[in-house]
Parts: sequence; C-alpha cells; structure tokens
Amino acid sequence: MSSTKTPTIVHELALLDGDEYRLPTFALLDPQGMLYPGVESPLLDYDKARRIYRAMLFTRVLDERMMAAQRQGRLSFYLQCTGEEAAVIGATAALDDGDMIMAQYREQGALAYRGFSTDAFMNQLFGNDRDCDKGRQMPIHYGSAELHYMTISSPVATQIPQAAGYAYGQKLANDGHCTITFFGEGAASEGDFHAALNMATVHQVPVIFFCRNNGYAISTPAVEQYAADGVAPRAFGYKMHVIRVDGNDVLAVHEATREARRLAVEQHHPVLIEAMTYRLAAHSSSDDPSGYRSRKEEEAWREKDPIRRMKRWLIDLSWWSEDEESEWLETYRHDVLESMKRAEKRPPPPLETLITDVYDEVTPRLTEQLESLEAHIRRYPENYPRGARALGIDVPDERGEG
Amino acid sequence: MATMNMLQAINNALDTAMATDDRVVCFGEDVGSFGGVFRATSHLQERYGKARCFNTPLVEQGIVGFANGLAAQGAIPVAEIQFADYIFPAFDQIVSETAKFRYRSGNLFNVGGLTIRAPYGGGISGGLYHSQSPEAYFTHTPGLKVVVPRDPHQAKGLLLAAIRDANPVLFFEPKRLYRASTGEVSEADYQLPLGSADVLKTGDDITLVGWGAQMTMIEAAVEFAEEQGISCEIIDLRTLMPWDVATVVESVVKTGRLVVTHEAPLTGGFAGEIAATIQERCFLYLESPIARVTGLDTPFPLTLEKEYMPDQWKLFEAIKASIEF
Repeated sequence: MSSTKTPTIVHELALLDGDEYRLPTFALLDPQGMLYPGVESPLLDYDKARRIYRAMLFTRVLDERMMAAQRQGRLSFYLQCTGEEAAVIGATAALDDGDMIMAQYREQGALAYRGFSTDAFMNQLFGNDRDCDKGRQMPIHYGSAELHYMTISSPVATQIPQAAGYAYGQKLANDGHCTITFFGEGAASEGDFHAALNMATVHQVPVIFFCRNNGYAISTPAVEQYAADGVAPRAFGYKMHVIRVDGNDVLAVHEATREARRLAVEQHHPVLIEAMTYRLAAHSSSDDPSGYRSRKEEEAWREKDPIRRMKRWLIDLSWWSEDEESEWLETYRHDVLESMKRAEKRPPPPLETLITDVYDEVTPRLTEQLESLEAHIRRYPENYPRGARALGIDVPDERGEG
Repeated sequence: MATMNMLQAINNALDTAMATDDRVVCFGEDVGSFGGVFRATSHLQERYGKARCFNTPLVEQGIVGFANGLAAQGAIPVAEIQFADYIFPAFDQIVSETAKFRYRSGNLFNVGGLTIRAPYGGGISGGLYHSQSPEAYFTHTPGLKVVVPRDPHQAKGLLLAAIRDANPVLFFEPKRLYRASTGEVSEADYQLPLGSADVLKTGDDITLVGWGAQMTMIEAAVEFAEEQGISCEIIDLRTLMPWDVATVVESVVKTGRLVVTHEAPLTGGFAGEIAATIQERCFLYLESPIARVTGLDTPFPLTLEKEYMPDQWKLFEAIKASIEF
C-alpha cells in the first residue's frame, strides 16, 4: 500500500522547524468564569451541569480529606486531582457512561462522576477485604468493570496503546462505544504514546487520547519535557485530529470531548486532546513541590481554579447557590469521614488472595507455596499479625490496625 | 491426516481458531497479505478479512500494548512478534501489564484471551539477534504461561489450546524446525493440554528433559546412548510455566539421573529451576549430580554457532558422565 498522495516536488531548499504547527487554545469560559463574548449559553443542560459540578466538589473534598489522613499516618499514600477536575470530569461527562476509561492515576474525578461510591473509594485506599483490587495495589489504583473504568496500573503510558486496542475491539464488536485514555505530558514522552497514536490512525480506531498537560512530571517542568509547542502538534505526524483546550474550562473541555467522541464513534477517527492545566497539589503524598516551583506560580494558577470558574457560571445561571454549596460540602466531608472510619476497621483480604488471580485457576505450585507460608505463619504468628488473624490466631494489634 | 511441516501446522491451527471463533484476530509485522516472514499467517487475511488479520506498524511495544487492550475488551488476539529476539521493546507491556492484569484488578479485568507467538532459537545462522531463546525472562514472571512445541502435531494442538486458554500465553516456535520438522497432523480441531509434560520414551537409567528444538538433539543423543546399552527416558516439558513437576519427579525417582537441556545460556536459565526443584524432591533418589547442557554464558555467536549449540554429542557426553559418576 503506497501513500495516497503524490509528493510535491520543489527545487528550493527549505528546512522546516515545526513553527508551522503552533496550535491555538479553545476556551469558552474566561478565567473569572464568564462566557467569552459571542459564546452561546448554555452548552450544558441543567442536570448534567450540576452532575459535573457535584463530582468536581466531591473530588476536591475527597482529595483534601485523604491527603490530611495520609499526613496523620492513617493512609500509606495519596495522590490528588486538585486543579485538574474540570479536565477529567468535563471529558468524562462528554462520553456515554458505557464508554471505556483507561486512566493514568490522577482521574478519580471520572469515577466520582460515574457514581463510584465513597465506600468503594475508601475500601481501595485502605486495601481491606472489600478493596476492588483485593489489597494488591497501592492507594488510588481504583477499577470498576461496572463503571467501565479500567483498573489503574502504576507504570505511566502503558494504558495508551491498550486504549487503542480496546477501541479496536469496540469497533470490531460494532457496539457504538469508544475508549478514552488519560495521561500526562510526561507520559507522552514514553514510546507507548507514540506507538499508540500511530497504530490508532493506521487502524482507524474510536479512541480519544486525552493529555492532561499539567505542567509537571513530578518535578520536571514541561519546558524540560519537550522542545515543541506542547504535545498537540505530534498529532499531525500521525494524521490525527487534534485540539488544544483550556483544561480549567469545563465547558471547553466538554465541547471538545463531545466532538472528539462524535468523530471517534461515527467515523472511527481517533482524536488527541491536549488540555492545558496545572497540578495544584504535589505529585503525590511523597512529593514536596517547594523544591522545584514557586508559591507565586502556584498562586497564579489558583486564581484559575476550575471549580471556582464553573461555580461562577452556574450561579450566574441560577443553577447553583452558595447555600447549596455549603450543604453539599458538609455532606461530602461527613460521608468521607464516616466511610473512612468504616474502611479502616475492616479486615485485610483473606490470605488466599496472595495466590488467586495470578492465573484463572490456582496452580499446584502456588497451593504448595501458600501451604508452606501458612505453616510458617502458624509457627511465628506474632511476626505476621495480619496473616495470623486471617488464620484465626489471636495476636496483639499492631499500630494502625483496629 | 495430512503431512505438514511445523509452519503449515501453525497456519492450520490459526485457520481453525479463526474459523471457530470470530473473536480471534491475528496481527503483527508483515502478518497481513504477505502472510508473515515465515508464512505462518498465509491466506488468513484472504479468508477472514483485513479487520481480523492485518499488518501493524513496526513497533513491538505497540503490538503488545494494543493486544493487551484488545484482549481486555473481550477479543482473542494472536499477536506475532517476528523474532523472539525483538520481543524486548514489548517487555514492559508483557511483564508489567499482560502478566499482572488479572491479579492487580482483583479479577475485574483480564487479558486471558491473549496469545503472543514468536519464533525463537538458533541453528539457522542468525547470529545474535535471530537466534535467542528468551524463555527464562518470562518464566520468571507469574501470570504468564510459556509454551514451546517440538513438532507439527504438537504445534497445532498446543497453539489451539494456548489461544483458547483463559490466561495469556507466550508461544515460542522453534524456527529451526519450521520446515525441517514434518509429520502427520490431523486436520480436525484438537487441543493438547497446557501445563502437562509429554513422556516420549520410557527408560530406566536416566531422564532427559528438554523442550522445542532441543528435543531433536535429545532424540539423537539417546540413539547413541541406547547403542551403548543405556536406557533413557525422554520428557518434553512442552509448557515451561506452569511446568509439570510431578511428571519429572516421577521419572527421576525411577531413573535416579537427570540431564536438562536448553539453547539459552546456562546462568539463570530454566534448567536451573528444574535442577533445584528436582534435587529438593528427589534428593535421596539421585545417583549423580543433575547435569545441564546449555548454551554458553555469552551472546549467541554466528560463525561458531555449531560449537556453541548444546547438540547431541554434548548431550551424549553428559549422559555418559552421569552414568559413570
């Protein structure tokens, strides 16, 4: 199969440097939360707008409370979505709830939007017997088959070619669905990103590549991540539809993703969206941004807080009020705290979860290994309090266990 | 029954799998209309269309990443890596993703439908990068199954079982035997069990264990040994992960002697795992040290390939040394 276009021949020597591919940013809401002149309102209906906003509020509360819990030593690790709620939730809201989401790890807002319960969040964070991952992954590695949210995997970018493959399966099954994959601008440097975009256009799959360009890959600023005009122009190299959007503008993110979904599902055109946003929090509970960026820079971005922007828009439409805001914040804080207390008290997953799900059936060798481990725990129960209790042996509590 | 070489048997297995389940999809570099550089996927695109048998761009990490997602969606991908030597760009997708998909998601998601096919092994003047046997990297990764066939009949039955198994399988094909190994193969749809070794020949004095192309070396060495009056038992492990410990233990309890062979380098090779397990289980039955006949701890050579290979003469020497210990 040769190229469909005959190359144009020129006789003047000219080397191009990519400045031809600078992209504008699509935005509808200004930083104060007012629609830009000429933009028609509303672009979201009342119910959906409120569903989005409540998911954003819940995510903010969840992140604040759980980071505090981590600082108190109640939780081993946490990672916030703070500052990126509009990007994640605005995009999710533009999809069908049956579309697959293959996220990186900072997209808890997508789950909140789809109705993942507070208890489901907490059970995963505390790795207890009701954790969706059966206590096998660090906190924030959520997954839900019911909500079409692929379980998170720590290695960045591995989900990107997987999303292309998943979407190819949706195309073969002709089920009218697409896949969205989220990742950061740091992950976009991985080979998996480039492999995925190329395969997606070559095979014309219904996938949306959603890059949250939040300015930092842990401490590495975007200017040290790439020399080009962001991530978006890479799409041209793969002949992919692309749009850059203000990631803190929920209306623009929603509109861009809605159109991307239409192209993906109706025409099998994959789309790259680059949402320009800012990671207001640290990379994770193990990170301290004061070592690599200024308070001043953070303050400037706090002024562009996506939640504040959407709230202003909603209040101007009389779709939301300060009273409602206070009520919901109170409800969410209460729900999170009560749910956390319940999750902390639950027992760990049973000992056999060490060997199940490696294969569809437990192999004889794994059974032998578990039996040997159990015999060892019975000899030294005080050294393995969780395992001992799982075997019904009474041992003193260790710190942090109820 | 028909006479087929191993490539024809593999092609027949893929054809059978695609005919019996329209979720089966075959892809990789040059796999489409060309039918693969070895022709393992010949005519599949003609028969099942471009959507189910297609070329991919030249990007192994993309092929396996795409295959992981496709399997998670519920399709049954059979991805080809053109040479096992080129599987390493996909190592992260296989080791971090394929192998852990079910476990890390608490069984909410899995890529059990996935099979990765890759020609492996030396003896074809392929040098460093067309000769390697990378199976031990993958047997060290729980969650994967690793399968290696020795002849056309085995290749068809094991490949069909691999494609239909509920777990991801790496299927390493001995390319030295692609055309060299021929035999009677049923045209019917049949499967051979995974995780089960095959005792090719029973004997009393010594047990020989191998897989894939090494089985031809074992068979040649056993001919020499039997001429000397040494009664040999031959076991083809077939599945390396999870491997059939019981069959090897039973044999060594009887013979008291064991030689394990593979083309891959000695140190860290899968023969070490077998030797360790067998000495644990059969310590009091052993009449001599367990011997390993393998490649050298070097990259795979070119001009001196014949010297490097763990061939029938090296195996025969190991058998004699074990008997005379």
